[in-house]
Amino acid sequence: MSKYIILGVVLVGLAAAPLTGDTYLMRMATLACMYAVMAASWNLIGGLTGYPSFGTAAFFGLGAYTSGILATLGVALPVSIAAAGVVAFVVAAIIGFILLRLKGHYFAIATLACVELLREIANSATDLTGGGMGLNIPRNADLGIFAEASLFFFAMWGLLALTAVVCLVVERSKIGFALSCIRQAEGAAEMIGINSTLYKTLAFALSGVFVAMAGGVYASWVHYIEPGDVFDILLTIKPVVMALIGGVGSSVGAIVGAIVYIAAEEVIWRNYLDFSSGIIGLTVVGLVLFLPHGLGSLHLRLRGKAVTP
Amino acid sequence: MTTDSLTISNLTAGYGDVTVLWDIDLAVPASGITALIGSNGAGKTTLMRVISGIVTARSGAMTWEGRSIFNQDPSAVLRAGIAHVPEGRRLFGPMTVEENLLMGGYARDCSNADLHRDLEWVYEVFPKLRERRTQAAGTMSGGEQQMCAIGRGLMSKPKLLMIDELSLGLSPVMVDQLVADLKALSGEGLAIFLVEQDVATALELAEVAFVMDRGRIVRHGSAAELAADPAVQEAYIGSMG
Repeated sequence: MSKYIILGVVLVGLAAAPLTGDTYLMRMATLACMYAVMAASWNLIGGLTGYPSFGTAAFFGLGAYTSGILATLGVALPVSIAAAGVVAFVVAAIIGFILLRLKGHYFAIATLACVELLREIANSATDLTGGGMGLNIPRNADLGIFAEASLFFFAMWGLLALTAVVCLVVERSKIGFALSCIRQAEGAAEMIGINSTLYKTLAFALSGVFVAMAGGVYASWVHYIEPGDVFDILLTIKPVVMALIGGVGSSVGAIVGAIVYIAAEEVIWRNYLDFSSGIIGLTVVGLVLFLPHGLGSLHLRLRGKAVTP
Repeated sequence: MTTDSLTISNLTAGYGDVTVLWDIDLAVPASGITALIGSNGAGKTTLMRVISGIVTARSGAMTWEGRSIFNQDPSAVLRAGIAHVPEGRRLFGPMTVEENLLMGGYARDCSNADLHRDLEWVYEVFPKLRERRTQAAGTMSGGEQQMCAIGRGLMSKPKLLMIDELSLGLSPVMVDQLVADLKALSGEGLAIFLVEQDVATALELAEVAFVMDRGRIVRHGSAAELAADPAVQEAYIGSMG
């Protein structure tokens, strides 16, 4: 029950950002929502199902380009974002069906290769994507700075709320139990009649949908995308680290982890400009050493209880 | 009494370029306990995996209650009434005993009430599991885990229960306990097909047995016949005096 309360507090807390009227704060909140969407999505396949996907950036870029290209053709924002989700679902289902027969490191490397592959495609399909020159995405209308910041904040926030609801529903459903059986003992899961290929593929496809939609919102938000930016490997790594911070296997944990990470990164970056990546790295190492089950296990650690994953 | 529910003929299967099972002919009666014995690497586990649809066969035929189940997917075989308790138990370790048992009914289309009635039945068969219902399955002893794995298989309401390596890694006391439990289940009308490396135990428990060697069925007959067979004694039981 407490996780619903935490989620509610987090969502309401984020929604208060526009009340401050501070566009810098709203930018941070928008970024936090974006990464929270990605971390919670990663948790579906990486945390719940136990397949460590490094393909997050592939779906982010795919969504950004799908939605961006549609926007240049004059398609309205909500439609182009929905289209990004649909395209990612189909592409992720195809990739997943092929790659989910690999496990562990092999699966991680194969999904990582998908990011590179899609980036190369975006680089070379110049007619469609503008190649290395990037793609300019037209503004819908001149809204003014604050109204535009609010629009994209609420788009990301709404997407986060949707992602959180879907993730929680999946976790509690019969599918969620099947996915955690697959993580714990895939052979035995087959023997009790779980169609593991179908469920793994579904989890992977679903983990691509919201990431791609976040990519779509991002593209319209920044008005300009290029392959190196939206297929950035950091977009794959950060959500994994965020889920680790929050505690792998819990979508609420992943969301909290994302917000903590974004806040910490900003504070550290502002105070230690030259050594910021080093400090973030050390923080992550410290976390893994002293709180291997993430912030979600903090209350157990403090009471000296054993933690079972 | 002697009607066969599962019949396999000319079955060939393997992994990649390697053929593991050659021309298997086998029939499991609709009731009683049937054992499959043989040395390590004979193909016993592979045969069970082919029956439950986890490994795809190359050729041959397999029928269950008169219908072909050749190369059906595992959930279809399970729904048809064949449950598989895998070698080494393979429980969902962090889940509780009760969750593991309930997951055994995953493929069923039945009401919650039916599921919980069958859960009660499994707890009656294995009272130890009731005591351990809220414990993480992975933290129990080997024998309790085997009970849980068998219970999970029973939760699918099978007509035939296949158990791979019943006694592996268990204490003799626990093996005796499980043997008694399986005899009781068999008495209730459940057909049991088990792979067992401890040939003496297998032939004592089963009525019918098949002997496998290097991927082929080399002998079959009543358990008493095989136990008296000098070749079986020499190869698998050793000097029984």
